[in-house]
Amino acid sequence: MRYAAPTSMKEATGLMAKAKGKAFVLAGGTDLLVRLKGGFVEPDLVVDIKRIPAVTKITKAGGGFRIGAAVPCAELGENAALKKAWPGVVEAANLIGSDQIQGRCTIVGNLCNASPAADSVPAMVAAGAKAAIAGPRGRRTVAVEDVVSGPGKTTLKKGEIVEAISLPKPKPKTGDAYLRFIPRTEMDIAVVSAGVCLTLGAKGVVKSARVALGAVGPTVIVANAAAAAIIGTTLDEAALEKLAAAARAACKPIDDKRGTVEFRIEVAGVLAKRAAKIAYQRAGGK
Amino acid sequence: MSEVRNFRAIGQRVIRPDGVDKVTGRANFGADFSLPGMLYGRVLRSPHAHARIVSIDTKRAAKMPGVHAIVTGADFPGVQSEEITGGEGAGNYKDLAVNVMARDKALYHGHAVAAVAAASIAEAEAALAAIKVKYEKLPAVMDVDTAMADDAALIEEDLYTAGLPEKPTKPSNIAMVMELKRGDVEVGFRDADVVVEETYRTPTVHQGYIEPHACLATINQGGQATVWCCTQGHFDVRSSTSKVLAMNVADIRVIPSEIGGGFGGKTTVYIEPVAVLLSKKSGRPVKMTMTREEVFRASGPASATKCVIKIGAKKDGTLTAMTAWLAYEAGAFRGSSLAPGAMCIFAPYKVDHFLIRGFDVLVNKPKVAAYRAPGAPQSMYACESLLDELARKLDLDPIDLRLKNAVEEGSQAAYGPKFNAIGFRECLEAAKRHPNYALPLGPNEGRGVAAGFWFNAGMQSSAEIHINENGTVTVIEGNPDIGGSRASMALMAAEELGVPYDRVRVQIADTESAGYTNVTGGSRVTFATGMAVIHAARDIVGQCKQRAAATWGIDADMVDWQDGHAVPKPGVNADVKPLSLADIAGNAARTGGPLLGRASLNARGAGPGFAVNFADVRVDPDTGKLDVLRYTAIQDVGKAIHPSYVEGQLQGGAAQGIGWALNEEYVYDANGVMENAGFLDYRVPVASDLPMIDTQLVEVPNPSHPYGVRGVGETPIVAPLAVIANAAHSATGVRIRELPLSPPRVLAALEG
Ligand SMILES: Cc1cc2nc3c(=O)[nH]c(=O)nc-3n(C[C@H](O)[C@H](O)[C@H](O)COP(=O)(O)OP(=O)(O)OC[C@H]3O[C@@H](n4cnc5c(N)ncnc54)[C@H](O)[C@@H]3O)c2cc1C
Repeated sequence: MRYAAPTSMKEATGLMAKAKGKAFVLAGGTDLLVRLKGGFVEPDLVVDIKRIPAVTKITKAGGGFRIGAAVPCAELGENAALKKAWPGVVEAANLIGSDQIQGRCTIVGNLCNASPAADSVPAMVAAGAKAAIAGPRGRRTVAVEDVVSGPGKTTLKKGEIVEAISLPKPKPKTGDAYLRFIPRTEMDIAVVSAGVCLTLGAKGVVKSARVALGAVGPTVIVANAAAAAIIGTTLDEAALEKLAAAARAACKPIDDKRGTVEFRIEVAGVLAKRAAKIAYQRAGGK
Repeated sequence: MSEVRNFRAIGQRVIRPDGVDKVTGRANFGADFSLPGMLYGRVLRSPHAHARIVSIDTKRAAKMPGVHAIVTGADFPGVQSEEITGGEGAGNYKDLAVNVMARDKALYHGHAVAAVAAASIAEAEAALAAIKVKYEKLPAVMDVDTAMADDAALIEEDLYTAGLPEKPTKPSNIAMVMELKRGDVEVGFRDADVVVEETYRTPTVHQGYIEPHACLATINQGGQATVWCCTQGHFDVRSSTSKVLAMNVADIRVIPSEIGGGFGGKTTVYIEPVAVLLSKKSGRPVKMTMTREEVFRASGPASATKCVIKIGAKKDGTLTAMTAWLAYEAGAFRGSSLAPGAMCIFAPYKVDHFLIRGFDVLVNKPKVAAYRAPGAPQSMYACESLLDELARKLDLDPIDLRLKNAVEEGSQAAYGPKFNAIGFRECLEAAKRHPNYALPLGPNEGRGVAAGFWFNAGMQSSAEIHINENGTVTVIEGNPDIGGSRASMALMAAEELGVPYDRVRVQIADTESAGYTNVTGGSRVTFATGMAVIHAARDIVGQCKQRAAATWGIDADMVDWQDGHAVPKPGVNADVKPLSLADIAGNAARTGGPLLGRASLNARGAGPGFAVNFADVRVDPDTGKLDVLRYTAIQDVGKAIHPSYVEGQLQGGAAQGIGWALNEEYVYDANGVMENAGFLDYRVPVASDLPMIDTQLVEVPNPSHPYGVRGVGETPIVAPLAVIANAAHSATGVRIRELPLSPPRVLAALEG
């Protein structure tokens, strides 16, 4: 196994493109190193991106944010402006593992690991985050929900590396929130999760909304019908019930050691409602 | 008789001598030992829960690079059937040997079938992959209902149920049937105003110790082996290794490392005999460490159980009859913790008519091992849950119901003897008075109460005390320190000798350097080994009096020992200055040589331990998640030698019991393969899952110990299962009679 720590993205994508055998990007390593130690992967090349200055920072761009691929999740929680603009994304990133894990792990790693239960992903998707991808043939930008194609699988082509996640400038009266269900309080993996982002118009009426569900399908589920259920409402009880029903209808979960199909579907609705209520409050709704 | 006295050292919250090294990472645990030329041993494990081993071909593996030795069942000697005594779980050496390395059948997924010693772990694992094992799959028997059915596949083909009046005509998976009774339950139920009967189930759970099993073994050409390992009892490792390998006990020296938890699970052997045999075959030292996955799959969890309990009572709560039908999974070999589970279940209560029938049942799971009060948490979860249901029916406070029937000094225990001084009633009264018991509850919150009981053990212990030339004290004993016992031993030696705690050092010596000592288990160490230390210290005091008497030219019986000094008895007509321990030690050469005290004993009269715990939980009615808001553990501890470490036992037991109640369970697939063999999905509580666990120590001295000590380490895990289940009932209004109370199960119950 070869280990490389290039100092530019160009070098990094070059190494990844030319690699023979299995090549992996190393960000925080909290997934990759665990899989390596467990004998689940045997990489021929590991490309560490933490020495690339351009991807180790959070920068403000056009009122929005660009979060470098090597920025540890702990830094998201320390960035007051980011936290104010996108509290849901930050709370999702700060749910990952524990303090120790957050000192290392990244939201890009969380995304590219392509686990259906990844915590930051539904929050990013609800917020309309985009992934900036660098590759041997140049750069492209895609919606976060288009990066993952199935459990452990991404749409990245050979040599491609996600450089950063960009979050737009939140529209006025916008709020986002993320909730997950775990049987414990931390150090666990989401059994089901929900991210909600909504923007209010006049009189507390929801003008636009996005709802994303985690761990209830092979990839994050963008629940458009659930979002539609609350648009035009003041998030009254009836709207919340419709939201829950639509969220449940969107779920395609599996039965496994972490939860039953029935449990996941039921709780997806519960979390969608609860996250919507928090997002609504954060948007200034009463 | 215990003495009423003012203690100087006992009861102080001193700092344990092993603490700093443990928190800084300097302490040496099982995997921390290495020798030059050392090889790494790895084990090939059965991929099937139940299969006949048709053949094992190791030819190709033996030729692989770095491979020095391979062993299979064929390399192990045959072992005679013989019951294992002195440990904490039931078992037989013949079964132990087959558990260590499978012979003609693989009896659970993860059962060892071969082992390799190679120059590196990678080479050992490559060789394992090259070993060809031909299996003939057999049906996996995974629970007591299937195992006890008439047409069940047999795990051991010639197992005939023991404990019946006549040998049965057919073999079965039921290894043993037992019965305990008093009076006539028919009469008792006829006298009852209310009769309740329910079935309860508990899953397979693991102790969850942090440190996986690890050892280093080397054997010389003369056939003498040395083993370094993490264990709760190195003398037991020695005897087990000697039986499994047909070696002379005197040719095996076992050196215990520090131990990262055991809770009963490190009272047996898995890898030590394998490492010795690999060392013998290769001529090199061999180190073996189990991975976490191997620990889950192939060490000894605690029995899953099915318990049917029936209780009859008068309107005022007086119990008239109790019956228990208990089926305990033993794993792949006979010897579950059924017997202690059956003996504990009704121990806290006075009842004229009871009947307990128990079944020790084989299933295709790893052989169970002891887990803190082995057997009691399961059976008492069932009984204490049903008592709660009874209290609701009778509209009685659950503490009052228990007070009405509580055993006290002189009561005949359900398991036989008459109780000496015990503190059950005191614990119940303390619970009733506790401010936490009166706190108001909010919506979706509920309170649960339950009692816990454990016998505690005595057994054999040895101790030596050396007085160094400056009067400092070295205590040598043979119990691996799991719960702070070095500190407790030092406190007891300091108390007897009248010297400050910091003058005393405690060494846990290996099998050739300490006198024979039974396992660190049964909550026996502070009681029994502590008693040996006290006796050894008294031996020293006696010798010191003689030395002083000789120095002063008076009779030894005219000398007293006070505050660490030899002093002449009042009225002795001698103009002498008191002699300190340091004075006497410094002068030892002139008064007969070094001061060496010792004691060995088989301690009797371990005082039983009773506990009453209660907790408040809140349920999230939409997700079924239970949060423990408050937990209060009250226990009769006899005399707390080191109160902080005693409180720690109460808190640790509560934490483990809460985990058992809420989320811990082995999840098996349809083929009998455990699906959650790691701490991500085998959910022990993390620190943030638990509230601060409040403790209250009740001290009813054990009359059989000089200071009143009774064991404290195991009782704490017994009550929490029912405490949480009872609290969950209060919070939800629904009774769930199967553990764990995981969110999917609770939510399903809430939705009916
Ligand atoms: C104890 C523990 C607890 C955990 N708890 C949680 C939790 O609560 N919630 C949760 O969602 N996850 C959890 N995880 C998983 C993990 O921490 C997260 O998924 C984390 O965000 C991964 O980030 P990383 O930077 O460490 O990724 P890495 O391990 O560095 O990488 C993960 C994967 O993504 C690829 N990759 C990384 N960066 C890029 C890139 N820039 N471009 C392309 N591919 C890339 C890697 O090659 C690898 O396949 C936990 C892990 C541990 C060990």
